[in-house]
Amino acid sequence: MQKITTEQLIEKAAELMNEGKVASVLGWEKGEFGYDVTPGIFGSVDELKAKFVYGDFSAANLSKYLVKKTEMVQGQALVFLKTERKILIFLKPCDSYSFNQLLTEHRFDREKVYAVGVQCDGMVDIEKVKKIAGDGLLSVDTSGNDVVVKTLYNGDMKIAKADVLAERCVNCKSKKHVAYDELLGETGEVIDSNRFDEVERIEKMTPDERFAFWQNELSKCIRCNACRDACPACTCEKCVFDNPKSGVENKSPANSFEEKLFHIIRAYHVAGRCTDCGECSRVCPQNIPLHLLNRKFIKDINEFYGDYQAGAEVGSRAPLVDYTVNDVEPGEVFDRGDENA
Amino acid sequence: MQMKEYKPLIVAFCCNWCSYAGADLAGNNRLNYPAEVKIIRVPCSCRVNPMFILRAFQRGADGVIICGCHPGDCHYTSGNYYTRRRMATLFSMLDYLGIEKERTRVEWVSAAEGAKFAATMNDFVKTVASLGENKRLEDLRCKR
Repeated sequence: MQKITTEQLIEKAAELMNEGKVASVLGWEKGEFGYDVTPGIFGSVDELKAKFVYGDFSAANLSKYLVKKTEMVQGQALVFLKTERKILIFLKPCDSYSFNQLLTEHRFDREKVYAVGVQCDGMVDIEKVKKIAGDGLLSVDTSGNDVVVKTLYNGDMKIAKADVLAERCVNCKSKKHVAYDELLGETGEVIDSNRFDEVERIEKMTPDERFAFWQNELSKCIRCNACRDACPACTCEKCVFDNPKSGVENKSPANSFEEKLFHIIRAYHVAGRCTDCGECSRVCPQNIPLHLLNRKFIKDINEFYGDYQAGAEVGSRAPLVDYTVNDVEPGEVFDRGDENA
Repeated sequence: MQMKEYKPLIVAFCCNWCSYAGADLAGNNRLNYPAEVKIIRVPCSCRVNPMFILRAFQRGADGVIICGCHPGDCHYTSGNYYTRRRMATLFSMLDYLGIEKERTRVEWVSAAEGAKFAATMNDFVKTVASLGENKRLEDLRCKR
């Protein structure tokens, strides 16, 4: 499988811009170092050539940026709720699921968006690189098959990409693009992944161990709200966490109850709509495995109500706003779990 | 110093059309159920926002039970079907986080089942009392 390069994407975007098909481009922007790639909006071909980048650090899921777009017009920030002019978006396979899910929820106009699917070879987690390479990271080159790292203290290093693959890519659920107008590179298939293994491991613990595990993880939370802000399913314009009367407004958790409360609510609000794109864990500055909460819901829903993948098709009904007459009883859920254990 | 006898605090969300009437019937029939059960009347069991349950635990409840009409008998046709899905996933999640699964329950009680209401409450209070105080989902600021 040939790697897709930044140049190919810029070429494609420039072509569409010059033809007048799109007015702006939603893509990934270079940061100060090679690995701090952020989402960015590009208004011209020159901008694209200067700042656009696609590589193993372009992990951000861009779909959410279609919902709300802020533009600086003569020094003033204007918010467009739906894109006014046609915009080009690049979608990796997992982004395309979020794209479909947002479309299902009528969060943007499909006509205003031109989607280009890009082949994804798995993203690299910089934290894992730092762990192996140690302090004094100078540069990370991911253009080859291996990750070549230059460091100040430990010299140059060659790390196999598999060792530093982001957690969500290790357990990649699908290489298939479910939504696109045009495709760059190849699209794959839905993969029979082991993504629920970790959830099962926790389920098999005793309640005391589970409690200790989550207490340990969730107490790291600093309530930066990054998981909510990055989540493509969290697109409510009025969020419960912004309401000062809710008791869970934007402030650091006062005690262990508030830590749990925030995370239960956050995970529950996206239950049934979460596409398991893994953005929550990726953006977490404290490295809390938040995807394990979401995956628990996905696993439960799959077990109780039949397999469901949010965003796999436009217009599908989320399991929690649906029902059948013969659903499993809440009390039976636990008996069932015991049988499996 | 004499230790105060431990009595659990139970919050019961009862649907207006079935379970609340069932509780009423239990009273009319002079059936005993513990006074630790605090009933909150809701228009339908699906009125219970999962947040209510977390909030109840925060404010010192040791157990939360949701009572509604039997599936198929909902006054609003389908409310309790939604409750069933919501609570199945929520309770499973609470269990996943290590909160004792015995502290949460959903029971279907019709208006004619006064005896079942009393029996359910007796059983639930006994179960929660054996677990002791809710330590895992408590908020110390809300302690009396």
